[in-house]
Amino acid sequence: MTEIFGRFDFDVIARWIRPQERVLDLGCGDGSLLKFLAAERGVHGYGVDNDPGNVLACVRNGVNVLQFDLERGLQGFEDDSFDHVIMSLSLQTVRHTEGVIREMLRVGHEAVVSFPNFGYRGHREAISQGHMPVSEALPYQWYESPNVRFFTIADFESLCAGKGIEIREGLFFDEGREVTIDPNLNAELALYRLGRRA
Amino acid sequence: MTDNRSVGLVVPQRARFDQPISLRSGAVLPGFELVYETYGELNADRSNAVLVCHALSGSHHVAGVHADGSTGWWDNLVGPGKPLDTNRFFVVGVNNLGGCYGSTGPMSVNPATGKLYGADFPVVTVEDWVAVQARLADRLGIHCWAAVLGGSLGGMQALEWTLQFPDRIRHALVIASAPHLSAQNIAFNEVARQAILTDPDFHGGHYYEHDVVPARGLRLARMMGHITYLSDDQMAEKFGRQLRDGKLKFNYEVDFQIESYLRYQGDKFTTYFDANTYLITTKALDYFDPAGAYGGDLQAALSRAKADFFVASFTTDWRFSPERSREIVYALLHNGLDVSYAEIDCPHGHDSFLLDDSQYHAVVGAYFDRIET
Repeated sequence: MTEIFGRFDFDVIARWIRPQERVLDLGCGDGSLLKFLAAERGVHGYGVDNDPGNVLACVRNGVNVLQFDLERGLQGFEDDSFDHVIMSLSLQTVRHTEGVIREMLRVGHEAVVSFPNFGYRGHREAISQGHMPVSEALPYQWYESPNVRFFTIADFESLCAGKGIEIREGLFFDEGREVTIDPNLNAELALYRLGRRA
Repeated sequence: MTDNRSVGLVVPQRARFDQPISLRSGAVLPGFELVYETYGELNADRSNAVLVCHALSGSHHVAGVHADGSTGWWDNLVGPGKPLDTNRFFVVGVNNLGGCYGSTGPMSVNPATGKLYGADFPVVTVEDWVAVQARLADRLGIHCWAAVLGGSLGGMQALEWTLQFPDRIRHALVIASAPHLSAQNIAFNEVARQAILTDPDFHGGHYYEHDVVPARGLRLARMMGHITYLSDDQMAEKFGRQLRDGKLKFNYEVDFQIESYLRYQGDKFTTYFDANTYLITTKALDYFDPAGAYGGDLQAALSRAKADFFVASFTTDWRFSPERSREIVYALLHNGLDVSYAEIDCPHGHDSFLLDDSQYHAVVGAYFDRIET
């Protein structure tokens, strides 16, 4: 799904990654983010994806890929074994949102997540007109969407506040441009760098 | 009819090794012969060689056809334009030491006695096989394999290559395998061995001298093996409760198709496979446990490895389940090695690794495509 936004979210993620880091990308798709991070940051990366087509695409892209079911959690991955655990535009596709973030922060020193903001102005307009939103960020009809959790930036931040998840940095975008004023209304996409609260 | 994706007619070759070899058991063989086949061309810098390791009943005849018409056991995977493409790679198949397809084994003459080894042939292990394969590599002028590939017991050999010769293998493909056998797996092997050992025709392993073979025992061993190679679902689908002759017979002849299938497979096996080799091979399976020397710590055991790995399992394989492959994957991750893991949704149980499932072959082919030569 990372291809939806082209490369600008990749650039943001790359800014948060130091050279030579160990990186785990959950829901890695065809592996293009890891390929980008390997080229830009020399990371040693592994992707996780349970879709056979994505596994094949990753192998073709020369990206390490592990065909695991994320709903089973990250059991088997050791504590603190990665510098960053990334979930790019996939958080809304897993059922156990809180459990997944907790696992990301167990396995990684930091977590990076990005997700489409359901509270985006355009989405609110669609709902106000009586329809589920379909947009660049949410490109699926409701009946064929892989997304199982729909949440806003405000929802996500209150989850973090309530569950001991530290937001270390958040960046918000609308059509590739950074949003600083009322991102819950104006941003289509949110990216966060998360840590364990001390 | 010529299959242009077959390596075509192949003739096995034979190599003689006169240097004695010390085996893990402590036994020493004064020398040995290996039967092997090769497909494709070794390139000028000898960087495109791939070793294919066989499992319990396999052989050096991996691909192509023999003059007698027999097709290699992994011909669907190995050939020009196939996932392991012989247009790019020089592929070697070898019959392991202790085998019954021409390499030195129980059916060979023991130079110490002038008689066939029979039961006096030492138990050989996965470690021994890999040491022997390394001698063949030396003979062929291959310092470093581009890849070593195997399924099941063959996968154990690929894994062992990365531990015994970390600088002589760039990629290991470990398919439908395990870091060691479970108690249940050893139990199946023990029943198979008991079937052979208690056959009145076994004669303590020296049955050749009596001009008999312990066919009843070997047949039972194979029948049981086949049950464990298939999945419950697939057996239900393929055979269900179908009757061979349309009615129950109320005697002990074949009623159900599954009985007919197992008897056929068991009988066929006794015509070409040697019972002593079967015994040795099941012991090699049981003994393989690289973590054993590290107090059961597989992570520590794999810390010697340097190769990149491709690990695959099959969802319906209960003899070498996906969970066992994941153990290998997690231990490789701990050691920071490059690894990709595919869990193939295929209904055919352990046998899946020999079949041409499209996702399986696509991903193996894609992995080989990325290997530099």
